Amino acid sequence: MSASRIVALAAALVLGACATQPEPRGTGDLGLVVERADGKLLRVENSHNTALGEIGGLGDLSHASMVFSRDERYAYVFGRDGGLTKVDLLEGRIVRRVMQAGNSIGGAISQTGRLVAVANYVPGGIRVFDADTLDLVADIPAVGPDGKRSKVVGIADLPGERFIYSLFDAGEIDIADLSDPKAPKVRRFTNIGREPYDGLVTEDGHWYVAGLFGEDGLALLDLWNPQAGVRRILDHYGRGERRLPVYKMPHMRGWAVAGDEVWLPAVGHHEILVIDKRTWTEKTRIPVAGQPVFVVARPDGRQVWVNFALPDYDKVQVIDVPSKRVVETLHPGKAVLDIGFTPKGEQVWLSARDSDWVSIYGTATLKEVARLPAHRPSGIFFTDRAHRMGM
Amino acid sequence: MSPSRYGLLVGGLALFALVAPPGRAAEPSPARQARLAEIVAEDCGACHGMTRKGGLGPPLLTKNLAGYDDRTLATVILDGRPDTPMPPWRGLLSDDDALWIARYLKGETDVR
Ligand code: HEC
Repeated sequence: MSASRIVALAAALVLGACATQPEPRGTGDLGLVVERADGKLLRVENSHNTALGEIGGLGDLSHASMVFSRDERYAYVFGRDGGLTKVDLLEGRIVRRVMQAGNSIGGAISQTGRLVAVANYVPGGIRVFDADTLDLVADIPAVGPDGKRSKVVGIADLPGERFIYSLFDAGEIDIADLSDPKAPKVRRFTNIGREPYDGLVTEDGHWYVAGLFGEDGLALLDLWNPQAGVRRILDHYGRGERRLPVYKMPHMRGWAVAGDEVWLPAVGHHEILVIDKRTWTEKTRIPVAGQPVFVVARPDGRQVWVNFALPDYDKVQVIDVPSKRVVETLHPGKAVLDIGFTPKGEQVWLSARDSDWVSIYGTATLKEVARLPAHRPSGIFFTDRAHRMGM
Repeated sequence: MSPSRYGLLVGGLALFALVAPPGRAAEPSPARQARLAEIVAEDCGACHGMTRKGGLGPPLLTKNLAGYDDRTLATVILDGRPDTPMPPWRGLLSDDDALWIARYLKGETDVR
């Protein structure tokens, strides 16, 4: 080897050593895209729209969702197979993973960030874990009035280390108070309606709404006045109209609150329901291109973006909130499964599963600005959720 | 559509009608089989789990379905189960598609 080659090699080694000490960086623009077919997560950042790498070994990620630690460094990923995985977004690796149930559907992180709760189908109930260690803190079965275990859906955090969730089979809403983690207290609201399929808390923590599959309407609980009990709203909705087959349950997570209005997918109809949040009555319905799955407001509430169930899932529609008009029908790719806005909403990421890419649009121009390759992408999760209640 | 493409399409349909006489179960084409397997994993998977171990709907593993004959299973798929979230797939799936999925779920056939 010549002297000059040796010098070059030494220089490369020194450079290499520096490269192992990366510049410190924040996590506020990071996120994870679910690649469920491979049990992988794609680590991404939304300042320059790039992929930073993949994290594998997460098991069955169909219907996977996640929440973030309050320092926005860690994601807690809830897998369909009951896996709960803590992922380090900075280092791009799994910190810890536990198989906590047979079959689960989602979870939430408490107000202090110390507790992570998982909603389980099998065995029906919630399990609460220490956010640092993933050690089990509490196991709370969901048992209906008939004594049978029930699948749990629509879990969200409430102020005061509490979690709220719905019992699909039992038709019930429960609030678990873990302010003393050793002695959890459960408050139950029974007979809220047939088959609640999902639920959500408004970001101010004031209202919990559960969508009902087994009958028309929604169940509403005023969390600032819970003794008033659960009330049914919009129960006239869809009466006398034939419901279309529902190939995919709509999601209420990421639902749209725009000003005094709440925008929700109408189960089994090609419509979005606009509800007046002051009276909880229907204001109008907006006809759209298929059965809505996600109805998501841009963070400023000026636009609402909608994707659809099979067979209309190659389209995404953009609705102007003040005029309630569909202003654009986009074709971002095949089988668009999720909609994720950047923290201030100048861009939106759309995962096109059957096209193997994530398409990124400018929300002012409604034009595609970038496309990221991803293997059969589904859910898109950015860290700014860390600071939003009910997410 | 140009007239020649139209001609091709009509020809294709005629050919299809010849190889798949109505009333007799016909094996879906290899491309269709691949698509059906994808539908089972992704779209049925939304409720039954991608690995068919269950979710909002019950598990659809081979052992769970052993008691059903193919026709009955195909009928469940096409008509759904009224008053449950199991939707009728008629409209998106043909009789042959449903029968193939029934056999696929029971482990009697695979994508060729
Ligand atoms: C929207 C949710 C949903 C989707 C999507 C769905 N199913 Fe179902 N399915 C269910 C539910 C819920 C049941 C249980 C119904 C009952 O209580 O009898 C069920 C039941 C079944 C059964 C009967 C199982 C048994 O043990 O009796 C079969 C077979 C089945 N589904 C096949 C399919 C296939 C094939 C697809 C895709 C083409 C599919 N399902 C898509 C929700 C769904």
